[in-house]
Amino acid sequence: MGDLKLPAIDYGALAPMLILFGVACLGILVEALAPKKSRQAVQLTLSFLAIIASFVAVVVQHSTRKITIGGAVAVDGPTVFLQGAILALGAVSLMLIGERTIEKGGAFVSQAAITVGSQKDLRQAGDQPGATEVYPLTLFALGGMLLFVSANDLLTMFVALEVFSLPLYLLCALARRRRLLSQEAALKYFLLGSYASAFFLFGAALIYGFAGGISFGAVHDAVANPQRSEVLLYAGLALVAIGLLFKAALAPFHVWTPDVYQGAPTPITALMAACTKVAAFGALLRVLYVSFEGVRWDFQPVLGVIAVLTMLVGAVLAVTQTDMKRLLAYSSVANAGYLLVGVLALNEEGLSSTMFYLVAYGFSVLAAFGIVTLVRDADGEATHLSRWAGLGRKSPLFAGTFTFILLAFAGIPLTSGFTAKFAVFGAAVEGGQTWLVIFGVISSMLLAFPYLRVVVLLWLSEPGESTPTVSIPGFMTAAALTIGVIATFALGVVPAPLIDLTRDAAQFVR
Amino acid sequence: MEQTVEYAHATGTLSGIWLLVAIPLASAAILLLLGKRADKWGHWLGVLAVAASFVLGLVFFIKLGGLDAEHRSAELSMWDFIAVGNLHVDFGLLFDPLSGVFVLLITGVGSLIHLYAVGYMEHDPGRRRFFGYFNLFVAAMLLLVLGNNYVMLYFGWEGVGLASYLLISFWYGRPSAATAGKKAFLMNRVGDTGLAIGIFIMFATLGSTQYSDVFSNVGALSSTTVLVLGILLLLGAAGKSGQFPLQAWLPDAMEGPTPVSALIHAATMVTAGVYLIARSNHIFSANHTLQTIVVSVGAFTLLMGCIIGSAKDGIKRVLAWSTVSQIGYMFLGVGLGGGAYALAIIHLVAHGFFKANMFLGAGSVMHGMHDEEDIRRFGGLRKHMKWTWLTFMMGWLAIIGIPPLSGFFSKDPIIEAAYARGDWTSWLFGTAALLGAGLTAFYMTRLFVLTFHGPERYTEQNKHPHESPFIMTVPLMLLALGSIVAGFLLSRHSAIPQWLEPVTGEGEHDPVMPAAVISILVLVVSVAGAGLAWALFSKGTALQEQPAGAVVTAARRNLYTDAFNEAVFERPGIYLTRALVFLDNKGIDGLVNGIAAGVGGSSGRLRRLQTGFVRSYALSMLTGVVLVVGAFLAIQLGWLA
Repeated sequence: MGDLKLPAIDYGALAPMLILFGVACLGILVEALAPKKSRQAVQLTLSFLAIIASFVAVVVQHSTRKITIGGAVAVDGPTVFLQGAILALGAVSLMLIGERTIEKGGAFVSQAAITVGSQKDLRQAGDQPGATEVYPLTLFALGGMLLFVSANDLLTMFVALEVFSLPLYLLCALARRRRLLSQEAALKYFLLGSYASAFFLFGAALIYGFAGGISFGAVHDAVANPQRSEVLLYAGLALVAIGLLFKAALAPFHVWTPDVYQGAPTPITALMAACTKVAAFGALLRVLYVSFEGVRWDFQPVLGVIAVLTMLVGAVLAVTQTDMKRLLAYSSVANAGYLLVGVLALNEEGLSSTMFYLVAYGFSVLAAFGIVTLVRDADGEATHLSRWAGLGRKSPLFAGTFTFILLAFAGIPLTSGFTAKFAVFGAAVEGGQTWLVIFGVISSMLLAFPYLRVVVLLWLSEPGESTPTVSIPGFMTAAALTIGVIATFALGVVPAPLIDLTRDAAQFVR
Repeated sequence: MEQTVEYAHATGTLSGIWLLVAIPLASAAILLLLGKRADKWGHWLGVLAVAASFVLGLVFFIKLGGLDAEHRSAELSMWDFIAVGNLHVDFGLLFDPLSGVFVLLITGVGSLIHLYAVGYMEHDPGRRRFFGYFNLFVAAMLLLVLGNNYVMLYFGWEGVGLASYLLISFWYGRPSAATAGKKAFLMNRVGDTGLAIGIFIMFATLGSTQYSDVFSNVGALSSTTVLVLGILLLLGAAGKSGQFPLQAWLPDAMEGPTPVSALIHAATMVTAGVYLIARSNHIFSANHTLQTIVVSVGAFTLLMGCIIGSAKDGIKRVLAWSTVSQIGYMFLGVGLGGGAYALAIIHLVAHGFFKANMFLGAGSVMHGMHDEEDIRRFGGLRKHMKWTWLTFMMGWLAIIGIPPLSGFFSKDPIIEAAYARGDWTSWLFGTAALLGAGLTAFYMTRLFVLTFHGPERYTEQNKHPHESPFIMTVPLMLLALGSIVAGFLLSRHSAIPQWLEPVTGEGEHDPVMPAAVISILVLVVSVAGAGLAWALFSKGTALQEQPAGAVVTAARRNLYTDAFNEAVFERPGIYLTRALVFLDNKGIDGLVNGIAAGVGGSSGRLRRLQTGFVRSYALSMLTGVVLVVGAFLAIQLGWLA
């Protein structure tokens, strides 16, 4: 036993994740030890500090290109960029999560275990401060995402998948209002998520059988020089991909999305729409670009069909939605399709444009959900579309902001939506996937309708008796909205700096 | 005909030429953005801005004069305006003898008219807005003449079009003013389209719109290309300058306040077409057919303007048709080419003075007569408005070409040049110009006599005409002075021809008759026309329109050009739009709505799959798994290969 070799560990390269996990553990101790009154302030401060420290650690690693901790983690250009993106978007999500002034006590229930509708529940719905467990949970989720985009073998990737999924399942169940819907969403997400994880794990097993190893480099070598039946390879690839397609909400594995987005507390929906998307596509990029590049001609058409299906299903279903959060959910499904188009370009341009799209879309969607948290009546958020009629008359500033974000989603120039779509479609054309771009444009056209319908509703309808008021946002929501809108505008007008950054980062290590 | 056209870079004082445009533009922005807060002092800011531009222009003009003829230009490239693929357009300015003359005319006459407008618009609640638009016009017009490429010219061209539209419709509450603005805008659009396509052709064939590049390489183009290019530029010029066939908007434009008519629709903007052709002289000189077309347009329009002008009864209408006719002379001049370019410019400047003078005089008359425009209801005003009468008389004598007033020095040489075209067309165009001189004398004398002499024929509310305030008569006096001396000063020692020679080149042929004979002929014809008019109208005229012969009726109806436009363009246009609307409603909308209904329907059907039950979600995922795995295996086993 004397010659047990310890793997070399580069703690600097792992620091971003270690910081988040460490502070998350600390946060649990705070839950146990700190007095109830001061928890909110302490937890919020800790979380922000952790994210900032982690972001600094990522920046410090910006030029690191290595595989460390026994081949489990790869730190390279995409890792650094995507980790930075997750942390930046996570910080903005945290602002929405930490908001406590719009609704007394915040968007989260104080004790999720109390039976819905009981006397106790009514009491806690009124004024008790929300659960502060959300902060460590959020940090665990973000840490898992960082690991997910940097995992260099299938097992680490699976572990990371579970690490960031489990906190999200919990977070989904913690809504203060409409608790049944929230709990139902969480349960659905959990059941279907486990189901998808099982496929992923089965796929990983098959690939191990094919390649005799689980690291992406080993799989790449085996694909180039197959020793065993390729049935194992293709079945394994399909199943692993399905696990990732589920997280990225691609059709037909998107079915959970509208229900979960609608039921989850809106700040958590924002977190999932922005950060989970980055993590899922980051992992998908790594798996496809690093391991399976050798069989690109085989998976390109299959995933291409999935992309087309996703874009069309998302757009067509968005047309008839009557709930703002479901509308945004289907919009997010369609956007996942556009992202997959960028992924399937399978060239450097595809990698960089997909990363650009993830950041651009993330900021816009955060701002969109940020506004959803503001439109409310006595029963909480008023998400039914009919309630938004004539909002432009009542609060032109917020209706104007929301209109701007919707125009960004629709891909109108001078917004990041245009530059991002242009980048991924351009990359796909360059990668020989023009047919995907044609469907992408058709889908964008269809999707413009529901967006513009909302714009018409906001500005051209008479405000009715039931039109809710827009709450004055607290400092943090206002900051999140401002950041989201500025990023959407800036990336639409001067996208070059970020595009350069993604181009510099567009190289995986193997 | 290879020749290289180069402009010297702006150095020293001359690198400040951008200020000429920037000052009035800034003033316009202040006046229009500050709103009511600027009501008290806004008009003075407007006057000051134009006056400042004039002073600067004078300084630059003198500086330019100090340079030797070879390098008498100043080009200033400011920034890349448009850079797309091969297309590079500078935001650049060019100050050379030609643009220098225009700058002085625009800002000089412009300052006087601004000053006059302070008095004229005194009781108008929109005076600040008026000065804002007026400054905007000056800025755009200066940009037009100062640009160093065709795109800058087009920029200014559209700018003056906008300002003209805003000012014609300044009293937008009056339907006639609103309609006139729209008419001007639409007819200009026809010309502007021609100019735009011309610029496209330049870029397509020469790869540049820069004056220096275009003029240096125009010799390399085929003569057909030059002809097409020239005709398109001419179309643009005719639209802006109210030349046949796009003349109809100009008389209607008199619905705007009188200072607008004086500055925009007499002295400056309508001469932009002349500027365009003079500036593009390298293109027009390259093709003789093209020149013949320009000359024909000029000759036809000048006669047409005279004939219609003789039959009109509104004081501003007559002056408007007179403008059309006088610009016809200028087109004739620029069409003749060679040294006649300079003659056209002299006439342009001289015309700027005497026509502005008469328009402001007309404004002064209307000011004292409760906005009455009908010359049949004037008469004997010389007793009530001494200064207006005197100054108007100078304008009148100048336009009919009585020596030594300016018209004599500016119009005569054009007629001489027309007789010197070099082939049989000399007789045609020369005689047309000569006839025009006689008709001009006739209708201008009619206007003058009916307004200021003869019996008083005032309406009930106009019993007591009065002279206008000082602030209006002073610009009149200065402009009258200009009407007297401008022609003489400009042509003395061939000042302008020499000054412009670096831009335009020299003349070639000798006239078919000795110059002195032509001069005497012109004078005789003019005096005869004036005498006839005096004899007919010194006793006054009927107060109502009298039945008349075919020619007079046709002239009253603008030679049926409006009826022609209506029948040939407007009505088919309306039918076309109706047909398109029908096609749009039934065909295109049907298709679009069909697709929308299809999407909506499938959306509704797909929605039913979203049951909310986890078990059905899991089933749909499983279906997906089976299909994806199946597809992969099918590929691997070669079923789909």
